[in-house]
Amino acid sequence: MLNIKNLHVAIEGKEILKGIDLTVKLGEIHAIMGPNGSGKSTLAAVLAGRDLYEVTEGEVTFEGEDLLELSPEDRARKGIFLGFQYPVEIPGVSMVNFMKTAINEQRKFNNLQPISATDFLKLMREKKEVVEITSNLTNRSVNEGFSGGEKKKNEIFQMAMLDPKLAILDETDSGLDIDALRIVANGVNKLRREDNATIVITHYQRLLEHIIPDYVHVLYRGKIVKSSGKELALELEEKGYDWLKEE
Amino acid sequence: MSAEQDQILDQVTSNEYKYGFYTDIELETLPKGLSEDIIRMLSAKKKEPEFLLESRLKAFRHWQTMKMPEWSHLKLPEINYQDIIYYAAPKQKAKLKSLNEVDPELLATFEKLGIPLEEQKQLTGVAVDAVMDSVSVKTTFRETLAELGIIFCSFSEAVQEHPDLVQKHMGSVVPYTDNYFAALNSAVFSDGSFCYIPKGVRCPMELSTYFRINAANTGQFERTLIVAEDDSYVSYLEGCTAPQRDENQLHAAIVEIVAMENAEVKYSTVQNWYPGDKNGKGGIYNFVTKRGICKGDNSKISWTQVETGSAITWKYPSCILKGDNTTGEFYSVAVTNNHQQADTGTKMIHIGKNSRSTIISKGISAGQSQNSYRGLVKVLKNAHNVRNFTQCDSLLLGDMCGAHTFPYIEVDNETAIIEHEATTSKIGEDQIFYCNQRGIDTENAIGLIINGYAKEVLNKLPMEFAVEAQKLLQISLEGSVG
Ligand SMILES: Nc1ncnc2c1ncn2[C@@H]1O[C@H](COP(=O)(O)OP(=O)(O)OP(=O)(O)O)[C@@H](O)[C@H]1O
Ligand SMILES: [Mg+2]
Repeated sequence: MLNIKNLHVAIEGKEILKGIDLTVKLGEIHAIMGPNGSGKSTLAAVLAGRDLYEVTEGEVTFEGEDLLELSPEDRARKGIFLGFQYPVEIPGVSMVNFMKTAINEQRKFNNLQPISATDFLKLMREKKEVVEITSNLTNRSVNEGFSGGEKKKNEIFQMAMLDPKLAILDETDSGLDIDALRIVANGVNKLRREDNATIVITHYQRLLEHIIPDYVHVLYRGKIVKSSGKELALELEEKGYDWLKEE
Repeated sequence: MSAEQDQILDQVTSNEYKYGFYTDIELETLPKGLSEDIIRMLSAKKKEPEFLLESRLKAFRHWQTMKMPEWSHLKLPEINYQDIIYYAAPKQKAKLKSLNEVDPELLATFEKLGIPLEEQKQLTGVAVDAVMDSVSVKTTFRETLAELGIIFCSFSEAVQEHPDLVQKHMGSVVPYTDNYFAALNSAVFSDGSFCYIPKGVRCPMELSTYFRINAANTGQFERTLIVAEDDSYVSYLEGCTAPQRDENQLHAAIVEIVAMENAEVKYSTVQNWYPGDKNGKGGIYNFVTKRGICKGDNSKISWTQVETGSAITWKYPSCILKGDNTTGEFYSVAVTNNHQQADTGTKMIHIGKNSRSTIISKGISAGQSQNSYRGLVKVLKNAHNVRNFTQCDSLLLGDMCGAHTFPYIEVDNETAIIEHEATTSKIGEDQIFYCNQRGIDTENAIGLIINGYAKEVLNKLPMEFAVEAQKLLQISLEGSVG
């Protein structure tokens, strides 16, 4: 469903991604690991359409379509979801209003009528269970005053609400306590289907004990230097990234 | 900010006024110009009692000795007062009993504004006193209100039917000597609304007027007087939009509120007058004096305003907290775009003991506009235990606009506790991108973020007004794209 070929990305003239190749098929979970500053968030942001970054070379197709041609909102409406490493606060905008707007934009894009109030509330209730949100986080403003962990949970909640085809989760596990980690991982697993796919970006192999990836890729200085099965994560945990330099 | 976002911001912030049209209704007008003779003619046309003519003339004579004020943050154009028509009335014969009798053109105008009177009346239970150019055209729900002893009518009618009340209260809060525009208004005011809530009565519905400026070259000088007797309550709504016009139009209104013991008055405004085109041409000059007095102990006056229109706005709804334990509130959202200039804020004058005031001001500036908050909190010597809380936020869209804050605090009693908070922020591109990533385009994202920002104030508006105000914020900052 997602095909990245020889992707080069620069910001302010500085090249950050230096030729990425990656293919994600339906039903798969890919993990991307790599040291700080290697370009993981950059890759995620470029896929989501952040125009801060300049694609200097290469191509990306999503379901056969040129992804780079699409606006960020159209990418989202077509089913690409980015769980942010640092979710922003939007003061005064209630989660309910925000989610309703998002869902209705998606529905409009698919030529559907706006969701009814009752259906929406039902959906909210259902999806809150997926991420075990018991508090009234959803009655508050988007991420405003949320703790670090709550913000991350909220990302997964939104993912559940929007039911994306391709979810890219950028360090959704960092800052989570053990219970929250399990909840987030469970959430991702529950949403996993044969007709969607997930890319998880993480520093810790412990997440991958819960979310079992089909592939693990190591991003190092803007390149994928190694791809392998889930065992690679363990190896990385043991040895760090230094040994990859030699390879 | 990236080039594309800049472009979108530019697009959405340079949106032209959506409600541009004007109605062709026959007018009965006085000749242009201002003189004692004109004032006499005006007063005679309106069959006013002697005291009113006298007070008009006094105000006029005083006005002639005054000079147009100067303010640092408003660029004021020259106004030729001899080039203004001071009286224009839609030609209508007898009083109307139902909407069917109203000029269909007029109804169509309201229709275009999305304010069908009929629906308003039925769905919202709002009694509507529609003011179109200077003279009240239609008053509804009068009987229901009359049963409670509530008087809600045009100012002219009040002058005819309740001259004693008018004489007693008019000018008691805003004397004609108050300022240049107040003097002008006191001399030439044409019409407006009058509202009287008798002792112990809670007005069961929101009272509402829709003002429109319509005739070419007709300066509009509204006069509103609201009197709430002991233990009474009223919520009053004022809203307006104006047709697109090419020449500048002057608007200098006066609103006076008197709240007696234990009375509460809520005054809400949604203001959307023609702001001028993208280049700053045309547009309404809005110089308003709005003031309320909490005369009796334990009384409360609350101003809520959403200001999106006008080329120039100069407006400081204020409270004189005279009684003990009185409360004054000011909640404001002021949006400026393109070349608009707004200088708005409030004055809270604490005279009574234990008087409290709250000021929440949210400025939003876009385009090349200038948005200033100017507020005075004054505590007099004998006002013990006064509390004031002021929060003053500015939100900027783009790099070419300006936001300014001028808080003045004068405290003569050391028991006062005055708090002031101010913030300035920009809509972050990361906020916009976050919305984009959830499928919300930039335009709607800006609308969402702005409504979120202004929520504290919007929440203070009556329900039906809040929805309208939200739309208005979106419209005034966004294009009608898609
Ligand atoms: N807006 C920006 N301006 C300048 N440099 C940037 C910007 N965004 C990213 N970079 C640089 O690009 C490089 C890759 O950053 P990126 O955030 O993609 O790393 P990462 O792999 O996600 O790191 P981490 O594990 O710390 O989250 C870094 O050197 C970073 O400083
Ligand atoms: Mg990162």
